[in-house]
Amino acid sequence: MTIPHPAPETGPFLGKLSLDALPLHEPILVVTFIGVVLGGIAVLGLITKFRLWGYLWTEWFTTVDHKRIGIMYMILGLIMFLRGFADAIMMRLQQAMAFGGSEGYLTPHHYDQVFTAHGVIMIFFVAMPFITGLMNYIVPLQIGARDVSFPFLNNFSFWMTTSGAVLTMISLFVGEYAQTGWLAYPPLSGIAYSPNVGVDYYIWGLQIAGVGTTLSGINLIVTILKLRAPGMGLMKMPVFTWTSLCSNILIVASFPILTATLVLLSLDRYVGTNFFTNDLGGSPMMYVNLIWIWGHPEVYILILPLFGVFSEVTSTFSGKRLFGYTSMVYATICITILSYLVWLHHFFTMGSGASVNSFFGITTMVISIPTGAKLFNWLFTMYRGRIRYELPMMWTIAFMLTFVIGGMTGVLLAVPPADFVLHNSLFLIAHFHNVIIGGVLFGLFAAINYWWPKAFGYKLDVFWGKISFWCWVVGFWVAFTPLYILGLMGVTRRMRVFDDPSLQIWFVIAGIGALIVAAGIGAMLVQFAVSIWRRKELRDETGGDPWGGRTLEWATSSPPPDYNFAFTPVIHDLDAWYDMKKRGHQRPVSGYRDIHMPSNTGAGMILSGFCLVMGFALVWHIWWLVAVSFVATIAGAIIHTFNYKRDFHISAATVTAVEDARTRQLAAGA
Amino acid sequence: MSVDPHAAAHGHGEIEMPHASMRDYVIGFVLSVVLTAIPFWLVMTMPLSAGATGAIIMGFAVVQIVVHMVYFLHMTPKAEGGWSLTSLIFTVIVVVIMLAGSLWVMHHLNTNMMPMPHEPTSQTAGQVP
Repeated sequence: MTIPHPAPETGPFLGKLSLDALPLHEPILVVTFIGVVLGGIAVLGLITKFRLWGYLWTEWFTTVDHKRIGIMYMILGLIMFLRGFADAIMMRLQQAMAFGGSEGYLTPHHYDQVFTAHGVIMIFFVAMPFITGLMNYIVPLQIGARDVSFPFLNNFSFWMTTSGAVLTMISLFVGEYAQTGWLAYPPLSGIAYSPNVGVDYYIWGLQIAGVGTTLSGINLIVTILKLRAPGMGLMKMPVFTWTSLCSNILIVASFPILTATLVLLSLDRYVGTNFFTNDLGGSPMMYVNLIWIWGHPEVYILILPLFGVFSEVTSTFSGKRLFGYTSMVYATICITILSYLVWLHHFFTMGSGASVNSFFGITTMVISIPTGAKLFNWLFTMYRGRIRYELPMMWTIAFMLTFVIGGMTGVLLAVPPADFVLHNSLFLIAHFHNVIIGGVLFGLFAAINYWWPKAFGYKLDVFWGKISFWCWVVGFWVAFTPLYILGLMGVTRRMRVFDDPSLQIWFVIAGIGALIVAAGIGAMLVQFAVSIWRRKELRDETGGDPWGGRTLEWATSSPPPDYNFAFTPVIHDLDAWYDMKKRGHQRPVSGYRDIHMPSNTGAGMILSGFCLVMGFALVWHIWWLVAVSFVATIAGAIIHTFNYKRDFHISAATVTAVEDARTRQLAAGA
Repeated sequence: MSVDPHAAAHGHGEIEMPHASMRDYVIGFVLSVVLTAIPFWLVMTMPLSAGATGAIIMGFAVVQIVVHMVYFLHMTPKAEGGWSLTSLIFTVIVVVIMLAGSLWVMHHLNTNMMPMPHEPTSQTAGQVP
C-alpha cells in the first residue's frame, strides 16, 4: 500500500495548505460538503431573516448563565452525535458489503479516517459535552446556588470545547483526519508513518477542547465545594452532585496527563524529538502506558454522572428515598480511586509479565464490586416502591439490564488469559459499546427526559419517546450481539474487507441493528420537534415539579429564573425539596432584595476563536498566523482583565415581578 | 425555612485564610536557595558517583517541593478548611500511582522485550516510508 498523498511542500505564506488539501477526488465528501454548505446557508439565512443575530449574541453566545451554557453544551453534543453516528453507519455499511472480493465503497484512506473520527468525536465531542452540559445545568440548581463559581470561565470552557469540535470538523473538508484509531498510538501516529496533517488535526482539536474540559472541571469542583446552600453538608448533597464532584475530580486529575502526552507526541512530530519513536531511546509503549493512565479514568468520568442520574430517577419514580445513600457515596469514591489502578488492562498483550498483568486484572475485577453495590442499591430502592414507568424510568431499567451484561463481559476481558484471545477483537468493541451506549447514552436519555421540563417548562412527548426507546434498545442489541459473536470467533476490529464469506451474515445483522438505532435517533429528533410544537399542551401545570421530585432543582420554577432562587433555601434533609413539601413549606412571596449577578461577556467566544485560528495554523504549519493568533490570545486575555463591568444587580422590583408571576401561576395550577 | 441571601453568604462559618508574613517568605527563599545551591555544587564538582548524585538531587527536589508548599503556597492542615490538605493527599496518591505504576510497567515491558541488536539490521532499516 502506498501513502495516499506525499507530504506537500511547505510555503512561507500558507504553510502546507494548498488547493490539493481539498478532497475533491472523494465524491462522498464533496456531496457532504455541498450539503453542509447549502444547509449552513439556509440556517444562516433564516437567522438573518428573523433578525436573530442580536438575540443569539446577547442572550446565548455571550451568556454566563450556567443554564444557558448547559443547554448550548447539549446542542453541541447533539450535533456532533449526528456526525459521529453518520460515521458509524458508514462503517457498518462498508463491513456488510466488503465480502467475496468486493472492496466495499470506502478506500482504506477514507475508512481509516472514519473509524478514527467516530471514536474521537463520540468520546470527546458527544459524551463529554453531554455530561458537562448536564452537570452545568443541574448541579447549581441542586445545591441551591445562583450560578457556578466562575461564570466567565464557564462560557470560555464551552467555547474552547466548541473550537476543538470545529477544528475536528474542518478536517472533513480541508485536508484529512488521522487514520490511526481514536488514541493515535505511535509509531503509526509519528511523523514517519503519518506525514500528513491528520494526526495534527487530532492533536490540536483535543488540546483546545482539553483546556475547556479541565477548566470546567475546576469550575464545578469549586462550585460544589463552596456554593452549597446553608445546611447542605457533604453527606446531604444529592447523589447526582456527588457523582458530578467525583467525575470532575477525575477530570482535573487526569486531563493534564492527556495534555502532556499529546505535547510529547507533537514534539516528536514538529521538532523531531524521539519520545515515542523506535529510535534513539524512544518508546512507543510509553505512549500507550501514559494515554491509558488518562484513558481509563476518562470512561469513569463519563459514567459517574449518569450513575447519579439513575439514582435520582430511581428514587423519584419509585416514590422512595434512595436506598443506601451512604454506600452510594462511598462506592462512588471507591470507583474514583480505583479507576486510577486499572489502566494496564487496556494492554495486557503488550508484554508485561505475569505479576503486572495479574495485579491489574485483579484491580479491574475489584472495581465491579462498588459498581455492583450501586446496582443493588437501585434495585432495593425500587423494591416495594410505587414505580411509575415514565420515560426516564424506562431508560433507567433498560440501562440496568444492558449495563449488567456489558459489565460482565468487561470482567471477562479483565482475565488476562482471556484477554489474550479477545484483545482488539470485535468482542471488545461490543463490550465498550455495551457499557457506553447502555450506560452513558441511556443515562443521558433518561436525564434529558427527566430534566427537560425543568429546562423548558413542558414535558417531552411520550409517544415518540417510547418509539425512540424501543428502537434504541432493540437496535442496540441487534447491532452489537453479532459483534460479540464475531469477536469470539476471532474477528479483529478496524477491518475494511473480509475473506471469509460465512461472516457476512453477522455484519448484515449488525448493519440492520444500526439502522434500527438510526430510527431511534430519528424518533428522538421527532420527539423534540413534536414537543416544541405542542409545548402548550405539554406544559407542566405543577409550576416546576412535574414528577414529584425530591431534590432542590424542583423547588424553583421551570424554567428557573436567571437567579435560580429568590431566597437561598436552607437545607435540613438529604431529599431537601421532599422534606420541604412534607413539612408544608410556604414559598415566601415578599421581602425580595436586589440580586447580585455576573454580566455577559463576549471575551470567551473571541478568545476561543483566536485559539481555533491558532490550532488551524499549527496544523498547516502557517507560522506567521500561529504567532499572530498566539499574541492575540494572550493580549485578549489581558485586555479582558481590565473589563470592570463584570456584574450588575437584578433589582428587587424585577425579582418581585418575576416571583409574583410565579405566585399567580402556582395559584392557577392549584 | 429561607434566609436572607446576603446573610447566607457568610453562613458557612469563616474559613481560615492563609496568613503570609515577611518572615515566612525570607525563610522560604533562603531554604530554596540552599536546596538549589547544594545540588548545583554536587553537579559542578562531582565529588560523588553519578548514581549517588542523582539520588541526592531527587531527595533535595522533594524537600524543595515541600518548602514551596509550606512557605510560598501557605499550605497548612487547616488552610481553606482542610481542602488544601485533602486535595494534596489526593494529588500525591494519583502521582505516586502514576509514577510507580509506570516505572513498574515499563520495567517489565523492557525486560520482556526481545533482545534487539544495537545497529539496525537489514530487516529493520529502511522500513520508514
